[in-house]
Amino acid sequence: MISLDGSSNSGVPARQASPLIRIRKKSGFQLLNLKELLCYRDLLAFLVIRDIKVKYKQTVLGGLWAIIQPFFMMVVFTLFFGKLAQIPSDGIPYPIFNYTAMVAWTYFATAINTSGNSIVGSGSLISKVYFPRIIIPLTPVLAGLLDFAIAFLVLIAMMLYFGIYPNITVLALPLLVLLMMLVAGGVGLVLAALNAKYRDIRYTIPFLVQFWMFATPIVYPASMVPERFRFIYALNPMTGIIEGFRSVLLGTITFPWIMLAMSTVIAVIVFLCGVIYFKQVERYFADII
Amino acid sequence: MAEPIITVENLSKKYRIGMREFKGRTFRETIVDTFAAPVRNLRRLRQLTRFDDRESRGAYDGITAEGQSSGDIIWALEDVSFTVQPGEVVGVIGRNGAGKSTLLKILSRITEPTSGEVRLYGRVSSLLEVGTGFHPELTGRENIYLNGTILGMRKTEIDRKFDEIVAFSEIEKFLDTPVKRYSSGMYVRLAFAVAAHLEPEILLVDEVLAVGDVSFQRKCLGKMGAVAREGRTVLFVSHNLAAIQHLCPVGLVLDEGRAITYGPIGECLERYLSLTPKTPASAGESQPLFEKKRAVLTGIVLENDRHRTSVLLCCSRAVFIVNYTVHRRLANPYIRLTIYNSHGLAVAGIATEDTGFDPSPEVGKYSLSCEISSLNLVPGSYHLNVSISDDTGECDKKYNTCPFSVEKADIYGTGRFLTSRTGVITLKHSWR
Repeated sequence: MISLDGSSNSGVPARQASPLIRIRKKSGFQLLNLKELLCYRDLLAFLVIRDIKVKYKQTVLGGLWAIIQPFFMMVVFTLFFGKLAQIPSDGIPYPIFNYTAMVAWTYFATAINTSGNSIVGSGSLISKVYFPRIIIPLTPVLAGLLDFAIAFLVLIAMMLYFGIYPNITVLALPLLVLLMMLVAGGVGLVLAALNAKYRDIRYTIPFLVQFWMFATPIVYPASMVPERFRFIYALNPMTGIIEGFRSVLLGTITFPWIMLAMSTVIAVIVFLCGVIYFKQVERYFADII
Repeated sequence: MAEPIITVENLSKKYRIGMREFKGRTFRETIVDTFAAPVRNLRRLRQLTRFDDRESRGAYDGITAEGQSSGDIIWALEDVSFTVQPGEVVGVIGRNGAGKSTLLKILSRITEPTSGEVRLYGRVSSLLEVGTGFHPELTGRENIYLNGTILGMRKTEIDRKFDEIVAFSEIEKFLDTPVKRYSSGMYVRLAFAVAAHLEPEILLVDEVLAVGDVSFQRKCLGKMGAVAREGRTVLFVSHNLAAIQHLCPVGLVLDEGRAITYGPIGECLERYLSLTPKTPASAGESQPLFEKKRAVLTGIVLENDRHRTSVLLCCSRAVFIVNYTVHRRLANPYIRLTIYNSHGLAVAGIATEDTGFDPSPEVGKYSLSCEISSLNLVPGSYHLNVSISDDTGECDKKYNTCPFSVEKADIYGTGRFLTSRTGVITLKHSWR
C-alpha cells in the first residue's frame, strides 16, 4: 500500500540530485535530525526569548516572582519541617538547607509542567507550519534557566548571611545544572507527547510534581533514608542532583560520587527515551491537537 | 522537459472523524458511565491515530460496535498523483472539503500521508495562515523575528530583509508597540510582509489573500505575481477564481479527495465550474405533493456554457432551466424568475411575457431555458424565486431556490480582476 523508494528508480531515468525532502508515512524508530535542528537554532533562540519576555508581562512583581515562589515555600517548609517536625538538616541552618533544594526544584517543576503542556498549547503553530516539533517542549527547559539564575542570587545572599561558603567542588555546579536540564527535558518530552493524545496528562502533572518532590531530598536530607533503601532511592535522578547541589554549595556532605554517577546514567537514559518517544509520535500531532 | 521539482505519487490521507460522545439517558446511566468511560475512552484515543492493519484488531476488540468502525474514516485525499515543473505556478481549486488544505499540509510536512509519497527538490515554505506564531505581547519588531524564524528563515536573513519588511508592512511608527495594540489591518499587513519576504524554491500558499482591505489585497496579489515571475514554484489554493485565473497558468482540480483535472488553467476552471453542486441547485427539485395544482414547478437548474453549476464567473453566460409540468390546460401561462442577492434585495426580474415568448398552455412536461448572455451581477451569492402563473392566478411558486454564486473574473482580459463590490451590478465599460 505504501509506495517506497523503489518507484523512483524503476523505469524512469534516474535523477542525479536526490530529493531534498521526501515525504511519506514514517513508522517506528526515528532518529533526531541534528542537521535540521541546527538550521532551526534561531527559532529555538527566539522562542526562548519570547518565553522570557512574555512570562512576567503585565505583572506587578515581574521577575521577583522567580524569587517569591521558592523563597516562600522555603519559609513554609522551615516552619513545618524545620521547626515543628524538627527534621535534621545535615548540620546547617534549615532555611538555607531547604532553599538550596527549592531553587533547583522550582526550576525542575516549572520546566516539566510548562514543557508537558507545551505541545497542546502550541496547537495553532503545529497545525499551520512545519518546524522540528522537538523545539517546543525544549524551549521551557532553556527559558526556565533565567528564573533559576534569579533565584540563585538570593541563595548567594543567604550563603553570605549564614556565612556558608562553597569549596572547590563548586566547579561541578554547571554539570549539575546540565543533568537537571536533561532530566527535565526528557520528562517534559514524554509528558508533552502523551499530552497531545491523552489530555489526562495535564491533570497528572501537578500530582507527579508533588509526589516526586517528596521522593527527592528537598525537605529532608538523603541521610534520613534507611541504608537498605538508598539504592532504590538513588534511582530517582533528582536525588543525586539535589544532594549534589547541597554538597558543592553548602558542604553538607562529601561530594556524592556514586549517587551522581547513577543520576547521570539515568538522566541520559531519561532524555534519550524522551527524544525517541517524542520523535515516534510527533508525526500525528497536527492531526489530533 | 525539465525534471519535476515536485513529484506526488499516489498520495492518500485518511482522517478519523467521529469520536461520538456517550450520552446517558438517565442519571444512573450517567453515573455508571463516569466509571465505565475510562476504558472506552482509552480505546478510542488509542484508535485515533491507528489505521489499516490495526483496524481489524480494533474490530476484534469490539470497538467497531461502539461506532469506531470504518465509517469514522474519511479519505481527505485519495490516490493523488501529479508533478510540477520548476517555475510553474499551480492553482489548486476545489470545493470545500475537496482536500486542498490537506494536500498543502502534507506538502508542507505538517501532517504525514497515510500512504503514497512526495518528493520535493527544493526548499519549501508554506503559508497556510499569516501571522502564525505572532505573540500579542511582543512588539512588531520582535514578532518579525519570531514569525520569520517560525517560517524557516535564519536570523541573518531577517536582519538583511528587515527594512524591506518594515517598508512593505507600512507600520514603521509602531514597530516597538506590542502587536496587541495594532488594528487588525496593521496586524495582517505586518504578518503578510514577513511571509512575503520568504525566499523558498517552492512556495505553498493557502487562501491568505482573503485578508486586509482592497488595496492591500492588490498589493499581496502583486507580490504573489512577482514571486511567480522570479521563477519560483508556487502552489496556490484559493476560492478566488479570478486570482487563480490571473496568477496560475496551470491548475489542479480536486474533488472529494481525488485529482480530477490537472492542466491548463482554463480547462481546470471549466471543469471546476461544471462540478455538480453537492447541495445547492438541485435543492429546487422536488416531487409535487399535491397533484391538484394546475401546473407544478419541478426544478430550476443553472447551467453555464455546457454544464450544470452553482458558480458563475462575473459577466459570463448563464442559462436558467425551468422544469415544470402542466396538469390542466392553462390560459396564457407565464413564468417569472426573480434574482435575489444575499441581503434579500430583488436584483432583477425575468419573465416570459417580457420577451414575448409564450409557453405552451397544453398539458405536459416542459423544460424551458432562459439564456442571459452576460450575467453582470457583482460577485456574491444569489438565489431565485420562481413562479408559474396564468390568467386565473398563480399556479406554483418556489422560494429561495437555485442558489448560486458569482465569482470575480478578469472580464477585461487585463490580468486584473474586478475589485469593486459596490452596488448590485457590474457595468462593462471602457475608458478613453
